[in-house]
Amino acid sequence: MTDSHTIAVTVNGVRTEKSVEPRLLLSDFIRHELMLAGTHVGCEHGVCGACTILFDGFPTRSCLMFAVQADGHEIATVEGLSKGETLHPLQQAMHDSHGLQCGYCTPGILMTMSAFLDSNPSPDEHAVREALSGNLCRCTGYQHIVDAVLLAAERMRT
Amino acid sequence: MSSRETRNFGAPIRRNEDRKLLTGKALFVDDLEIPGMLYAALLRSSVAHGELISVDVSAALAREGVVAAYTAHDLGDFWQPGPLLVPPPPIEGVIFNLRTHACLAKDKVRYVGEPLAIVIAESRYIAEDALADIAVEIEQLPAVVDLEAALKPGAALVHDDLRSNVSAHVRQKNGDYAAAAAKAAHIIKRRFAYEHGISSPMETRGVVAQWDERAGQLTVWDTTQAPVFLRNGLAAVFGLSERQVRVVAPFVGGGFGPKIMMFYPEELLVPWASTRLNRPIKWIEDRLEHFVATTHERGQIHDAQIALDAEGRILGVKDVFLHDTGAYDPYGLTVPINSQCTLLGPYVIPAYDSTFTAVFTTLPIVTPYRGAGRQHGVFVIERLLDIAAHELKIDPAEIRRRNLIPPDAFPYDNKIIYQDFAPLSYDSGNYEPILNKALDAIGYAGFKDEQKKALSEGKHLGIAIANYVEGTGIGPYEGARVQVQANGRVSVATGIGTQGQGHFTVFAQIVADQVGCLVTDVDVVTGDTDRFHWGAGTFASRGAVVAGNAVNEAALVVRQKILKLAADHFECAEEDLELGNGEVQIVGVPGRSVRLSELAMKANPMRGAVKPGTEPGLESTQYFGPPGGATASGVHAMIIEVDPELLTLEIKKYVVVHDCGTVINPLILAGQIHGGVAQGIGNAFYEKLLFDDAGQLLNASLADYLLPTSLDVPRMQLEHTVTPSPLNPLGIKGAGEAGAIPVGPLFAQAIEDALGLKAKGIELLEIPLSPGRLWQLITQAG
Ligand code: FES
Ligand code: FES
Repeated sequence: MTDSHTIAVTVNGVRTEKSVEPRLLLSDFIRHELMLAGTHVGCEHGVCGACTILFDGFPTRSCLMFAVQADGHEIATVEGLSKGETLHPLQQAMHDSHGLQCGYCTPGILMTMSAFLDSNPSPDEHAVREALSGNLCRCTGYQHIVDAVLLAAERMRT
Repeated sequence: MSSRETRNFGAPIRRNEDRKLLTGKALFVDDLEIPGMLYAALLRSSVAHGELISVDVSAALAREGVVAAYTAHDLGDFWQPGPLLVPPPPIEGVIFNLRTHACLAKDKVRYVGEPLAIVIAESRYIAEDALADIAVEIEQLPAVVDLEAALKPGAALVHDDLRSNVSAHVRQKNGDYAAAAAKAAHIIKRRFAYEHGISSPMETRGVVAQWDERAGQLTVWDTTQAPVFLRNGLAAVFGLSERQVRVVAPFVGGGFGPKIMMFYPEELLVPWASTRLNRPIKWIEDRLEHFVATTHERGQIHDAQIALDAEGRILGVKDVFLHDTGAYDPYGLTVPINSQCTLLGPYVIPAYDSTFTAVFTTLPIVTPYRGAGRQHGVFVIERLLDIAAHELKIDPAEIRRRNLIPPDAFPYDNKIIYQDFAPLSYDSGNYEPILNKALDAIGYAGFKDEQKKALSEGKHLGIAIANYVEGTGIGPYEGARVQVQANGRVSVATGIGTQGQGHFTVFAQIVADQVGCLVTDVDVVTGDTDRFHWGAGTFASRGAVVAGNAVNEAALVVRQKILKLAADHFECAEEDLELGNGEVQIVGVPGRSVRLSELAMKANPMRGAVKPGTEPGLESTQYFGPPGGATASGVHAMIIEVDPELLTLEIKKYVVVHDCGTVINPLILAGQIHGGVAQGIGNAFYEKLLFDDAGQLLNASLADYLLPTSLDVPRMQLEHTVTPSPLNPLGIKGAGEAGAIPVGPLFAQAIEDALGLKAKGIELLEIPLSPGRLWQLITQAG
């Protein structure tokens, strides 16, 4: 009944081939086919940013794409952010600044803001808030996340 | 405690739970993958009110990949109205008409979103496809949306067997309001409307159930705030013994109240279907469903009056209000009772007469959401004082100061009954220093000049200040088990659920100090009924207070066991020993020490005689139940700039001064307050559940129902005062809701001030406000 397509995707540096239904969301593919459940879904309609991954290096909402569209592309998820036991500077700063409570929004924020820091090494608070404004967090009131991003920027510069 | 011993209690310790969450390794309900798992989807009513004629699932059953589909009629005896979660408090003359929902509607639908059928399929996609195959026939009835219209004779009845739409009627009073009003210099009467929205945690709800026929064991993973309650409830409805049911609340992505309703229909249907099909089943709510399938808090209308003497001292308050309870009232009277009680605030109110009517409507069920009705009450009293200040020409801060309960009046008995059935008594407090700190921090004294200067540059600045108290840490009890393990790590298990409050860290801090280990050496388990099977749950800002004290009691006993064993080991007195660094050492004799791991093994010997009455291990289970709730308090202050054309606003400065007793972890406390304020800002200015006359929610998506973003929530300045609670040995009070409670009146007051509305005769008597609503109010008046 369902037709399926074989797709090849490089995820966190590892190439995988899978056969998927054309309507399978990229977020579901990542979470339930690749079993990388660190990418969360908060709305599945493109507003909350929890599902953000890097698609060919750009922060992208995986709930707004189909898995088949990722064929031949590169994806990075939160699982690939740390280097072994060493946390990415933004992960470390989130820990140090208490930038997470329930942690549900956190993976999307880490992917959005780590990419932001790569292109904006010296942001001011307003720039951080602008960049963060597409990711909803219901727990923290954002202040400690903003602190974490600024702290990570400072540490990454030195 | 000697100098070598550490003091983690009170320190800004970073969280134990962070690493898992930061690396994508924390388990949330939707992360469970079990071989053979099936997926559920629910068909929900698209009509707010109607006779349910038929639900035909035959076409759905014929779809490839669909395993089962059930309606109310398929449930047989399992179909029952649900339990009452919180019975009404023992207040004289209380009327309470209990009407709870069943898991699937049978004869009638009472809100858009009420479940009609459940489909189980090989994938979530197929299950959702199959919902479109189901044929439903409903004979529509008039929706009941407006609270006042709902009580008029001839209104459509939400529950036909009741003669009206009254869910509850309660009057509580203290003193004689009529006498107070008779001698008052001023009486102010107003009508207030306050609406609170939907908690909207970033993780929606979800349930995974697995019935294991061979083991006779039902396991349910659930995004619940009260796993032990749910386990007990499930055991009862399934006719199982409690130990046959395990409920696990793993990492939960925020809750804020609504994740504690029992039972949500899916919490019964998914386990039930699992027992029928003998397969694990997963149901995950989607965001659009969440807007109607998860409970709201919504609105109240208050007709309130305040009687004052010529100096602005309160002589009495009278309040009559309507409360929207939604289609059913399984949560009893908690929300309106909180409104009724919290209205009293930190003020001396010699006469109080408060009556509410809770009203059934054909809208989703109302249960507590962070603040839990407290906002509504605080809005009324704070606005009444603002209006009084204006009319009596007293400064708004000054009129508040004049009415504060003095520090020598504690414990302060308000002589009415609170939601925990105990008399509303404030255990401790010292309110004036909080107000002073807030006024200093916001720069109250110099603001009028600043405002004038800004206005001359065309900028409209406004200032506001609001007080609140918060009853926290109510009973009945929580428990905890603390155990030193053979590898030297310490395990702690407690029954409460956790949704981001930092319990893995604050409980570890308490234990680390008692047994002398690192905070990172303490492993905390919450929310797994097989690990700890007694308790009530995480609500009413009670987790840290009640479970925290239970953890402390258990850790104290373990400490005594450690000392006794180590004293035997060294053949010395316990007083000569000190704990720290994961070991016990003889004071002043470095090198004469024994590791906790070694003592743990000694406490569980393989050979040799054990004295009668001894228990193995360095372990203890203890319980704590406070005699009453601990009352936290605080003041928020804010300066805003309003654009007089667009009526948008920018928060220039935001100050919170809070007293929640002894602080366990200031970093985590700050996070709780920041998050609460953000939700308060959403409530005050952005979030409104918009229903039409037919009971349809018009803005059921995150694109239309606006949660505050990082651009809407300002940097906050937090200050604290500390008045330890005498009701628990740690002296702590809850802090979970404080940030959210007084934000509404703060917005109303600041906007009035910025735009000079009082001088124009315009008063802001409702929440939420928004640029659009402000424009209506201002142009209507003008
Ligand atoms: S889940 Fe993709 S944006 Fe919300
Ligand atoms: S930490 Fe809970 S949603 Fe952000």
